[in-house]
Amino acid sequence: MSYNVNEKGYYGEFGGAYIPEMLYPNVEELRQQYLKITAEPEFQEEFDALLKDYVGRPTPLYFAARLSEKYNTKVYLKREDLCHTGAHKVNNTIGQILLAKRLGKTRIIAETGAGQHGVATATVCALMGLECIVYMGEIDIKRQAPNVARMKMLGAEVRPALSGSKTLKDATNEAIRDWINNPVDTYYIIGSVVGPHPYPDMVARFQSVISKEIKEQLLEKEGRENPDYVIACVGGGSNAAGAFYHFLDDLDVNIIAVEAAGLGVDSGESAATSALGKIGVIHGSKTLLMQSLDGQITEPYSISAGLDYPGVGPMHANLFATGRAEFISITDDQAMQWGIKLSQLEGLIPAIESAHAFAVLDEKKFKPTDIVVFNLSGRGDKDLNTYIDYFKL
Amino acid sequence: MNRINLKLQETKKILSIYFSAGYPKLNDTVKIIEDLEKNGVDMIEIGLPFSDPLADGPTIQESSTQALHNGMTTQVLFDQLKDIRKTVTIPLVIMGYYNPMLQFGMENFCQQCAEIGIDGLIIPDLPVDVYADEYKTTFEKYGLKNIFLITPQTSDERIRFIDSVSDGFIYMVSSASVTGSQSGFGSVQEEYFKRIADMNLKNSQIIGFGISNKETFNQATQFAKGAIIGSAFIKNLTDNGVGSIGGFVKAIR
Repeated sequence: MSYNVNEKGYYGEFGGAYIPEMLYPNVEELRQQYLKITAEPEFQEEFDALLKDYVGRPTPLYFAARLSEKYNTKVYLKREDLCHTGAHKVNNTIGQILLAKRLGKTRIIAETGAGQHGVATATVCALMGLECIVYMGEIDIKRQAPNVARMKMLGAEVRPALSGSKTLKDATNEAIRDWINNPVDTYYIIGSVVGPHPYPDMVARFQSVISKEIKEQLLEKEGRENPDYVIACVGGGSNAAGAFYHFLDDLDVNIIAVEAAGLGVDSGESAATSALGKIGVIHGSKTLLMQSLDGQITEPYSISAGLDYPGVGPMHANLFATGRAEFISITDDQAMQWGIKLSQLEGLIPAIESAHAFAVLDEKKFKPTDIVVFNLSGRGDKDLNTYIDYFKL
Repeated sequence: MNRINLKLQETKKILSIYFSAGYPKLNDTVKIIEDLEKNGVDMIEIGLPFSDPLADGPTIQESSTQALHNGMTTQVLFDQLKDIRKTVTIPLVIMGYYNPMLQFGMENFCQQCAEIGIDGLIIPDLPVDVYADEYKTTFEKYGLKNIFLITPQTSDERIRFIDSVSDGFIYMVSSASVTGSQSGFGSVQEEYFKRIADMNLKNSQIIGFGISNKETFNQATQFAKGAIIGSAFIKNLTDNGVGSIGGFVKAIR
């Protein structure tokens, strides 16, 4: 049994392409082309060169000595926070923009929650000289003002999503509508392992460089490729997909996915999809989904805009359903406290999304000999206003 | 024979109206259906509201959101429609997104539709292949037609495939757009309408998206069996209330 996607686009019972006919030609073209194009040597060369010289890969695997000492286990941090633009998101946008160019597309659209994917998309559009439109929930525009300014500096147009909860879900709806209205010249760069097949698999492949490097770096540092644990936060789940990818079928590696509990799983203000969701269809994918008994999609909540999503990628839904991964939910407050803790223990200010993952150290006991790898998916610059408000800094 | 197939045998052009069930008021559903039939509408698409209607523009999204606020649910809609066949004889189609039906249970959903006298379903985000694999026998068991969409971007090969699995009519989306986002048809659309008409498909085509008045209705039905008006009708309900249905329909033909 494999935990990867099958040829029909499903992970177990999750995935597929539940799209209106208007999107069929574009999604079908992508499905037929993505493996072929990304396997071409010229594509790989260009992708690898940009990851190396533009993004700054490989990112370090850093042994966190003080954190390790405090929790009496061996903690490594995969430093995706050092990627150009401040998070792992750019790994995927580089891949997709190269694909879009080869498909002859001239206009790029994207959705964004925290703004990291929007910035990463605006960045690669500037790099390639392509028009860029980013949809962002009106609420997120307010709480992530620095990223909005960055996108504008990079020449992108930021369009507010005004419907529903005015966050990531609604920004995604608007981006999909834009694609329906502009089917010929437009390419939609999805930022997470969500959406219709082949997006979840394609984005996971572009992000899989994270676990590929972890293997190489651990071998060098510890004499073994596999850690005992790999831990990442999950909203849609792109950084987690990248961090888990090459360990999915290595059953000696324990996988832990960390979701945002918001004010608490049972508070009604949460984004813990595995705990609260049932199987359903969102944004073209059959997956676990927070919804009412009547099948209406529920408004999620998390202090972190990047985890504020009512669904989860189909790969992760399958990891949850099969028990391959352990899912733990962490509240706003736990995550915020870890923002401070990681800053003061290791001199690293994490994105609030990434801070959720570290709270697992308080929830779970690790052995002194365990090698525990955390994916530090992004840095906290963009969250400074939230940190300031929360801690009255 | 299914009411849709019977209606399609008539020589006249078909005027079909879409509205969101439970809008403007929760209990307007039945009155709107009855008024539409009384004023000569040939077929009605009853919109089952969804929180995230991807293929719809702002007008239908807003009416759906309002209907949900009003308390509309799948079961409420079925309860409202319980006795609809005592007063209404034209074909009735439910148009809704897949997720609420999945939660209700597709078999249960189809059974309730059959008991009420619903003739068909339009589920824009249920792919043709998933329908064929998982639901075709259920639909047939309950005598329901599943209506599929085609667009200007749909390849001839796929149109032939959709024609082969359809029994009723094909919903022809007039242009690359979500609902309610354009006014009037240009030469590009006329060419597309002609191209499809010339394919001599076994199913009739009914054109939707962008039909808002007499002019666009006449343009569309030059090439197709009928046309569907949605957003423009809902806008009229919003602006002029449920009392204005007769006037709206008479202005179309």
